[in-house]
Amino acid sequence: MASTDIATGTLERYGLRDEQLRAIFRNMLLQRQLDNRGFQLNRQGKVPFALGSEGHEALQAGAAMAFNRGSDVLAPYYRDLGLCLGIGLSPYEIMLSIFARAADHNGGRQFPNHYSSRAAGLMSFSSILAAHLPHAVGAAYAIKYRGEAGRAVLATCGDGTTSEGEWHESMNFVAVHKLPFVMLVENNEWAISTPLEKQMAEPQIWKRAAGYGMPGRRFNGFDPLETYAAVKDAMDRARSGGGPTLIEGTCYRYLAHSTDDNDMTYRTREAVLERRKQDPVPAFEAVLVEHGVLTPGDVSAMRKDVLRETNEATDAAEALPYPQPADLYTHIYEGAWEPWQS
Amino acid sequence: MAVVSTQSSVMNNVEAVRATLYEAMKNDDRTLILGEDVGARGNVFLITKDFINEFGPQRVIDTPIAEASIVGIAVGMAMEGLRPIAEIQFADFIYPSYNQIVGEAAKIRYRSNGEYTCPLVIRTPYGGGVRGALSHSVSVEALFYHVPGLKIVAPAFPADVKGLLNASIDDPDPVLFLEHKKTYRLIKGEVPNGHYTIPLGKANLLKEGSQLTVVSYGLYVHWALEAAISLEQEGLSVEVIDLRSIRPMDKAAILESVRKTRKLLIVHEDNKFGGIGAEISAMVAEEALFDLDAPIRRLAAPDVPAMGYAMPLEEEYMSSPGEMADAMREMVKF
Amino acid sequence: MATTITMPQLGETVTEGTVAQWLKAIGDTVDKYEDFVEVSTDKVNAGVPSPVTGKIRELLVKEGETVATGTPIAIIEEAGAEASAPTQAQSPAAVESPAAVESPAVEKPAPTARAEAPAAAPSSNGPTAAGAQNGAPESALRGASPAVRRLAREHHIDIRAVKGSGSNGRVTADDVLAAARNVIGARPAAAPPSREAIPATGKTSTYARPIPGTLIPLTQARRIIAERMVESRHTAPHAWSMVEIDVTDVWSWRQREKSRFERETGLKLTLLPFFIRAVVESLAAFPLMNAKFVAATETQHAGIYVNDAINVGIAIGLPDNLVVPVIKRADQLSIKGLAIAAGEMIDKARKGKLGVDDLSGGTFTVNNNGANGSWASAPIINGGQAGIVTMETVVKKLVVRDDDTLAIRQMMNACLSLDHRVVDGYVASGFLADLKRRLQTMGPQGEL
Repeated sequence: MASTDIATGTLERYGLRDEQLRAIFRNMLLQRQLDNRGFQLNRQGKVPFALGSEGHEALQAGAAMAFNRGSDVLAPYYRDLGLCLGIGLSPYEIMLSIFARAADHNGGRQFPNHYSSRAAGLMSFSSILAAHLPHAVGAAYAIKYRGEAGRAVLATCGDGTTSEGEWHESMNFVAVHKLPFVMLVENNEWAISTPLEKQMAEPQIWKRAAGYGMPGRRFNGFDPLETYAAVKDAMDRARSGGGPTLIEGTCYRYLAHSTDDNDMTYRTREAVLERRKQDPVPAFEAVLVEHGVLTPGDVSAMRKDVLRETNEATDAAEALPYPQPADLYTHIYEGAWEPWQS
Repeated sequence: MAVVSTQSSVMNNVEAVRATLYEAMKNDDRTLILGEDVGARGNVFLITKDFINEFGPQRVIDTPIAEASIVGIAVGMAMEGLRPIAEIQFADFIYPSYNQIVGEAAKIRYRSNGEYTCPLVIRTPYGGGVRGALSHSVSVEALFYHVPGLKIVAPAFPADVKGLLNASIDDPDPVLFLEHKKTYRLIKGEVPNGHYTIPLGKANLLKEGSQLTVVSYGLYVHWALEAAISLEQEGLSVEVIDLRSIRPMDKAAILESVRKTRKLLIVHEDNKFGGIGAEISAMVAEEALFDLDAPIRRLAAPDVPAMGYAMPLEEEYMSSPGEMADAMREMVKF
Repeated sequence: MATTITMPQLGETVTEGTVAQWLKAIGDTVDKYEDFVEVSTDKVNAGVPSPVTGKIRELLVKEGETVATGTPIAIIEEAGAEASAPTQAQSPAAVESPAAVESPAVEKPAPTARAEAPAAAPSSNGPTAAGAQNGAPESALRGASPAVRRLAREHHIDIRAVKGSGSNGRVTADDVLAAARNVIGARPAAAPPSREAIPATGKTSTYARPIPGTLIPLTQARRIIAERMVESRHTAPHAWSMVEIDVTDVWSWRQREKSRFERETGLKLTLLPFFIRAVVESLAAFPLMNAKFVAATETQHAGIYVNDAINVGIAIGLPDNLVVPVIKRADQLSIKGLAIAAGEMIDKARKGKLGVDDLSGGTFTVNNNGANGSWASAPIINGGQAGIVTMETVVKKLVVRDDDTLAIRQMMNACLSLDHRVVDGYVASGFLADLKRRLQTMGPQGEL
């Protein structure tokens, strides 16, 4: 729930205007709609794979609002649909990735959700957890090395990734070199079937910051505005030469890991439904309506518009062709490919 | 370094690396060196001695002991527009960074359809003959040459070290630059002054011959050459090719030579099973079978995990110039 | 327009699904993306959204029924369209998951082709080392490297005639090239004789001293003939039989037709085509004579292969070669046809223009030995056949006829060598008797 000042009954906006609040909410709706569309297409037999992010809407929309487009660099992981939308990727680009079309940024080579966009400052990443973090560190180093004040790298990952060696190596290096870097951990309590208590002994990840010699903080990832504040604070510190911050946003993964996972094999429907009570999308809707930022009619219109945008993006992307067999052989090195043997 | 003429200087391999890195750092602000002990210590072979004083700690970075992130951070730097040169202190330490090299660096361009690239050089000393035992003697090229998207270079002569290192630094794709540590001070040669590059993928014909083609690289190419020259006294004519570049590899040079001599001996320090020689053999058998007058032979290390610290164990693992000469003689006379 | 919905693949390795519950009944409307059925698999339970807006026309699978991925489960009539034949909806995306890759079919090694008995008669055309290598493998060939084989082929060198300078006496590529540079012409007469050196032992023994003579190197043809004859003799147990045939009537038939035939065709009319005509008729009556013995292989037992076609080879002796061109389907030719065919073959043979086709495919062989004056001969069977028959010279003889009268008749022997694995004396004699009867009742009238 967004923080409402109990005493005054006013909404703590952290300096955001109404239109920005509406933009955050729309991003959340769009994320959920596009997310769901991936699953629908899979169940229709049109795409082989889909990966959901329900539960992360507030965290990602709030974080995106704190990202400076055209300046900051984003190093996300594969559950960051909302964050990528929020920094400027279009639903059409999202659908190109889902349908693996030739026009996709990655030419249909990568799994869906592995977005990449130089124009948006979105670094290319693989499915290997934590492998992208040293890349983000290198990018942050480059920014500092070139003296580019006001720029920072926002790197994200899930709770599971914090167990990887390269998570540790990255945190260590950014702290030693005081790089313009924010490590945003989206703690949704599950790494496929591994719950938090099997992943780590200390469930509050932000506490590790002290061990690395950097500030750390935890915030409610179901509250998009609290998220915004935390991310903005950390990014501002990074942009102004104050060095890195470890911030942890708590949320919950409502769906299974992907279309190839049946989460009922390791958790109960009741447990998930219990956490659904905190679903950030209806919660933020209620807050915005309560504080007059949106009317129920506005919400309804917004939902319709988000659906329309999703349908248009789906149809547009679906109509395009797959890459050709000959496209397998490009971009191996710069210039033409000369195989050792055909 | 002795200046022999205005055109060239005589130096050994380690000096060639140092001189080349120095020029690269001077001429391009985007060039950075990162690795363990490269700064204050100047690298354990003194390759970057005093670089930190001239270029500063932001450009000569003493990294924490974390091989995966040495390469991974360099990948990120490269993606963001710098031209990093990452060092892995000994090739034996490269394994933790295997994913960053093979799963990430090699695939950046490919997976982003060319939107992101990775102009990265990873330098590392490899090879044995220095009583280095299990963790300071290994050859790693066979683990990496399998991977499309990577380039691999292993020069043996100082002039090649300079030319190929310059070319690797200029290369828009990730290059694994292998320096045989035993040749660091052992091999001296003339190195042209000034900046020049040698294209990757071109072998060097060291010695012409008509009865046998010997293909090798690294330390062994020197011993193979020595053996081939000694066999001239027996009236045997052996051709020796220095590959210099493992990926891309100079297929045309190998085939041209084999079609002339009709016999092929591959000599390398790495294990025979799955080594570089296996791919060369398969290619030659596929494309030049009807030119072969003898089975292709590989002289390489036995199928054991490593050369031992004790001298007899190291010697048994490695191939001596005498063994190479014996193999050559047998093949010529076959 | 009606759209057929098929069971989707819910998950990478899933191959079937169960219709857990229909959320719509026939006749209900459904919106695009609205779930219309609940499907369960071993991995997930999921609602399946409709790809179109329309009305449910048919539900093809019962609740609780399990069907394979891709099976049609429902037909939806799209809104605003006329009812028409259902069209297939977009087929489920082909899931190329790594886990679903089929293991490559294991290829059976091709059975070694040992079914064929040794190949057809030696050819005099285009001597090639490859032709020679069709014979039984020899140790020299087995050790020959690819370069050696290729160079030998290109330069027409017989590897076995080259002295090897490689290790263990191996013939090297250089040896072949050296031999190619020193190659001797096909006519042995031009070759300088090589004299055996008399070993200087200090002792002279009559046993040690070689008999003076000249060693003539084998030509390609000679070598192949030698090989083939040895193989035939050593593979097929040869038996021999002979009949004496009264060819007086057929002889006079020939005499009458001779000049007309020569005028019409430009060819000489000999007794050969008459003989061949009788032979093919006898072969048709005794099919085992038109067969061959087939040795056992890895994949089949031994047997006697009876040829459907009757392809008769005619042995033709040339100054330094022996060729056996084949008249294919000789049974379908008249005597005239056989005469023309034989004449063509002989002409080609003399000019060295016989092709591989001419020299292969024979099922039986005829040898006109009589042309040389031979009265009886024991020919060697052409490999891959069951017999070979000769026509010997025609001799005027005084014979005693059945009614004890004397007459001067023209008599000709026909000799048969047979492969005793295929036929016994019973069949062979029957064949010869049949041949004799036909020739004795052939002519002197009728169409050639």
